[in-house]
Amino acid sequence: MKKIRTPQELEALRNSLLQGINLNKPCVRVCLGTGCRARGSLDVAKAFRNEIKKQGLEIQVETKQTGCHGFCERGPVVVIAPKEIFYQRVKPRDVPEVVSKTLLNGEVVDRLLYINPATGQKALYEYEVPFYKKQTRLVLANNGRIDPTDILDYIAIDGYQALSKAITIMSCEEIIDIVEKSGLRGLGGGGFPTGRKWRLCREAAGDIKFVIGNGDEGDPGAFSDRSLMEGNPHSILEGMIIGAYAIGANQGYLYVRAEYPLALKHLQIAIDQARKYGFLGKNIFNSRFDFNIKINQGGGAFVCGESSALVASIEGKMGEPRAKYVHTVERGLWNKPTNLNNVKTWANVPLIINNGADWYTKIGTEKSKGTGIFSLVGKVNNTGLVEIPMGTPLRQIIYDIGGGILGGKKFKAVQTGGPSGGCIPAKLLDLPVDFEKLTEAGSMMGSGGMIVIDENTCMVDVARYFLDFLQNESCGKCVPCREGVKRMLEIITDITAGRGKEEDLELLQELAETVKDFSLCGLGKTAPNTVLSTLRYFRDEYEAHVRDKKCPAGVCKDLIEYFILEDKCTGCGACLKLCPQQAIDAYGLIHTIDPAKCIRCGICRDACPFEAIIVK
Amino acid sequence: MAESLAKHSKVDKIIKSYSCEKSALIAILQEIENSCGYLPAWALRHVSKKLNVPMIQVYGVASFYDAFHLTPRGKHLIRVCLGTACYLRGSARILEALENELGIKDRETTPDLEFSLQSVRCLGACALAPVMVVGERYFDKMTPTKVHSVLKRVQSKNEKN
Repeated sequence: MKKIRTPQELEALRNSLLQGINLNKPCVRVCLGTGCRARGSLDVAKAFRNEIKKQGLEIQVETKQTGCHGFCERGPVVVIAPKEIFYQRVKPRDVPEVVSKTLLNGEVVDRLLYINPATGQKALYEYEVPFYKKQTRLVLANNGRIDPTDILDYIAIDGYQALSKAITIMSCEEIIDIVEKSGLRGLGGGGFPTGRKWRLCREAAGDIKFVIGNGDEGDPGAFSDRSLMEGNPHSILEGMIIGAYAIGANQGYLYVRAEYPLALKHLQIAIDQARKYGFLGKNIFNSRFDFNIKINQGGGAFVCGESSALVASIEGKMGEPRAKYVHTVERGLWNKPTNLNNVKTWANVPLIINNGADWYTKIGTEKSKGTGIFSLVGKVNNTGLVEIPMGTPLRQIIYDIGGGILGGKKFKAVQTGGPSGGCIPAKLLDLPVDFEKLTEAGSMMGSGGMIVIDENTCMVDVARYFLDFLQNESCGKCVPCREGVKRMLEIITDITAGRGKEEDLELLQELAETVKDFSLCGLGKTAPNTVLSTLRYFRDEYEAHVRDKKCPAGVCKDLIEYFILEDKCTGCGACLKLCPQQAIDAYGLIHTIDPAKCIRCGICRDACPFEAIIVK
Repeated sequence: MAESLAKHSKVDKIIKSYSCEKSALIAILQEIENSCGYLPAWALRHVSKKLNVPMIQVYGVASFYDAFHLTPRGKHLIRVCLGTACYLRGSARILEALENELGIKDRETTPDLEFSLQSVRCLGACALAPVMVVGERYFDKMTPTKVHSVLKRVQSKNEKN
């Protein structure tokens, strides 16, 4: 393979690829993102290949295995080009019918279409599905369209054009200017202006500099980095190469969670291919710029999302942060100037170079430009990956895109920003989502988890959950975080267990503020956010636990009891058979639960076909 | 003796593939973990000697990261997702049911080395919440009631093999 050395060569390759593409040729795109894969999309893809072979259609029909389409709730997802027919919940046994009907005759298989639960209408195409309709997909635009393991797919959709432009036409200063003007901010959580960071790193003293792509997405409930790395790895590489060129770095690192094997695999394939085509290596686009990227596997420590801890981890040490009197842009990896950005931030760079800063600043709000990518999860109907312009109101995300609350329950709050974020109550449902507004509301953007909470969720328990997580993940280096988070967890555990005292709430507040003010790194500084925001918006729930020894949502085990409603119980015995504690007694037809034996596992409630078992 | 030599040479090979580079400590431990299923004490000592990194640092790294295990693990690894989405949909109850069923606690292994139980924070398959994974197989929308039948299925498949 000849390396691409000039913009003309890249253009020629792209044109030849486009000429070879028959736009009318049917193409089956099967989502192989993690969600669909877990639902068996590998078998669906295999069934398509087999069936197409069986029917002798290998030449007429193309199959493509793509990254995450985003609508995980309805997976496995299959899209049939050229008409872009959108099929959901596809099983291997549906495949022969799809091949003979849709691929051969252009007919639609009705039962595989998405039905809008609100209107009962069927959606034929992806853009008709409400989940997609209200989104603006820029970074994720090509996730469901290209084969992430084939660089030619990426080149055909204008891939590496931005790199070509940046290196051959633009100066390093111009690149940084355009990124600065675009208003792009760090999408890993902090929201630091990307252009400014690049400039600081470029201006930092030293010949050897590094760039790092952070794909160590440790927030529970967030999977946007993963979907991007799995579905469009070249967009991240392209952004990193442009950034490295502008900053003057010759070595890049991608720090990716070991728990993301598919992302690791696709990134490695992408790096190898980019090297083969000359986008990585020596004299990129005939310039004097050399650049390589190496992948480092993260060991599963949440704190390694923090820049100085991440740097320590790449150096082969424990992921302990250090005090940032000197920032990593000046002294980072091996004490050299290091520019660290989240993988989503990197993936925005080619878009900005291609379309210009003005185009980018038109999207979003005054201070938060571009789009935000969120994993919409929890008690919501449409779980999935959502990309929306900054400033989109929460209500639109949760109701229009997310399809409302699971089981028609009442919406209580939404938690954003992972363990570092906070809870936003129902009264702020019209809050526009951007960096500033989320922070004002006591939460943060974080790495894009958006967890919907309904009336059956206890807010004190949610706070306890995140403290438990943070207490485990605290590296233990500084006292406020190590001891403070632990003490907060103890207090809150006492509250959920019915041992809470009136003065605990004040103590909790004081402790939370101390940890926030005096911890060494971002993990500790943001650790009390969930506690502070729940104390601010849901104090009544804390008070119910402390004063009345009741859990209003019926979650905290020590404060609830299971009851069987006499008028609803038919004596069928379903609960009796499954109770692991033999805590259910049957006197004739009516069953009762012995609270002394009951461990409140809830198995009986799940088993009861008559909804006769309730929690008080 | 021969067995011990073979074991050491396997670890040596891994260390050599990273050119005895000190900064590759994490990557080396990851490969040993993959090949042995855990990090045996002798391997840590060997790595310390070969890389010329103090044992305390090797142990520090090995015990710091969740990806490393210092005790042998069972044939079947059961992972229960305790990510926020799964937790809200009741995954703590799944973990409890598994603990009761297997008679071990989270992060422990059954004495017969059949099952290891591990809670994890987010597998990124939130649409399937609550989710548990046995080996590579995902079980979605889990309930405590389903735990028993899933374990039975794994065991019976095991006996057939």
